[in-house]
Amino acid sequence: MSAEPFIHLAGVRKVYRRGKTEHAAISDATFDVMAGELVSLVGPSGCGKSTLLKLLAGLHAHDGGEVRIGSGAHSFDPARDVGMVFQAPLLLKWRRILENVLLPAEILGLPMAAARERARALLALVGLSGSEDKYPYELSGGMQQRAAIARSLVHDPKLVLMDEPFGALDALTREKMNLELLRIWKEAGKTIIFVTHGISEAVFLGTRVVVFTAGPARMADNFQIDLPYPRTLDLKTHERFGEYTRRIYKLLGLE
Amino acid sequence: MTPLKPVAPGARVALGVAFFVLFFAAWAAATFGGYVSATFLADPATMLREGWSLLAVHGFIKDILVTIWRVLGGFVLAAALGVPLGIAMGAYKPIEAFFEPFVSFARYLPASAFIPLLILWAGTGEAQKLLVIFVGSFFQVVLMVAVTVGNTRRDLVEAAYTLGVTDRGIVRRVLLPSSAPEMAEILRLVLGWAWTYVIVAELIGSSSGIGHMIMDSQALLNTGQIIFGIIVIGFIGLASDFLFKALNRRLFPWSLA
Repeated sequence: MSAEPFIHLAGVRKVYRRGKTEHAAISDATFDVMAGELVSLVGPSGCGKSTLLKLLAGLHAHDGGEVRIGSGAHSFDPARDVGMVFQAPLLLKWRRILENVLLPAEILGLPMAAARERARALLALVGLSGSEDKYPYELSGGMQQRAAIARSLVHDPKLVLMDEPFGALDALTREKMNLELLRIWKEAGKTIIFVTHGISEAVFLGTRVVVFTAGPARMADNFQIDLPYPRTLDLKTHERFGEYTRRIYKLLGLE
Repeated sequence: MTPLKPVAPGARVALGVAFFVLFFAAWAAATFGGYVSATFLADPATMLREGWSLLAVHGFIKDILVTIWRVLGGFVLAAALGVPLGIAMGAYKPIEAFFEPFVSFARYLPASAFIPLLILWAGTGEAQKLLVIFVGSFFQVVLMVAVTVGNTRRDLVEAAYTLGVTDRGIVRRVLLPSSAPEMAEILRLVLGWAWTYVIVAELIGSSSGIGHMIMDSQALLNTGQIIFGIIVIGFIGLASDFLFKALNRRLFPWSLA
């Protein structure tokens, strides 16, 4: 791995205007992400973490600072190197699961035979073999979200952005999905930015955690999580796991 | 009864049929029992007899076909122009800002009030009938389609953008398919209204069609024929509605859940 970061953010600012009042969604976000890292962005609602993700996805423009994605070793094309997963699965309900997963490949004009094979492999990876020809409404919420994850990976993006992807799931499914995500991340070898308001989820998943606070929205901390992979649920009783979560609780004014 | 508790399919059909039976029984009781004068309301038996003579002797089938043709013609015209304009308005806000105020205004102009004007412009031929239906349906279609397309979930559109869909692709890949079932529902609804407009158009200045037959029958005080004509319209409406629903179910199996 080169020492040059894959993502470099310096003093990033984003302002929303409603009429004449300005509202800072992000005031000064500065952090780097190395290729292959899984970085958790954690904070309360309104802290700007989702906005930051949208900046990285190219959905919104930033108002100040520097946003650089890609490095000498890892080139980056915003049109084809981003995959995104949202809080809701947002599948196209008139397409069958396989067709949904294939959509990015179709839009980018990738060779379809190969893409089809890859889509099937990804559906197997997320545990959805046999659901290829079903419509989204035939699947549970957790299964739809796994299909959405497969869709975000089908065009082999270098960067996967996840915006509270498990926020709408029940606690048990969520734990399972966390373990699945870690497995997929290891197998697929992607750089993942994972936005969440779940503090223990952030620590459990991340190689690094970036903490945001609300009112005013700003970046409060950025630290490495020194816990070994593969991580299992036992880890949550680990002493250092507790230290990390307490550190975040303190930053968010909960202790 | 428990609120919102579904009814078994068999019981549903039985209940639906039961009301028809009850309705006809009440009608039969009122007429056969002599409570209502035969001049104003024919009894069911007379209605059926008159209906048969209409079909067998007076060539009523031709009138029915003419009316169906007019409804379909006017409806297809309104849909062919109204749906694309509605989609354009729903998808692109400047287009909506341009047309919406006028269309909203035009929507409240009653189609029947246009009939005298349309007779002046287009005579009493087929063009006038089609225009009445068109005026009555077009603006409704435009507005309802525009609202449906404009109400597409924003997050779905955003998600499509992150998948690399372009601006034009959003219309084709997201807005159109996601609102297609509702558009089909709108067309089904408007087809029902088109039936009302065609009869109104035929009541005034027409020499053929179901409405024309009804006017003729009124002159002859033949309430049996009038009622038969109305019932025929009802059954055609029911059949077209049924076909439309079946087609929608086939085309959009994913929209049921």
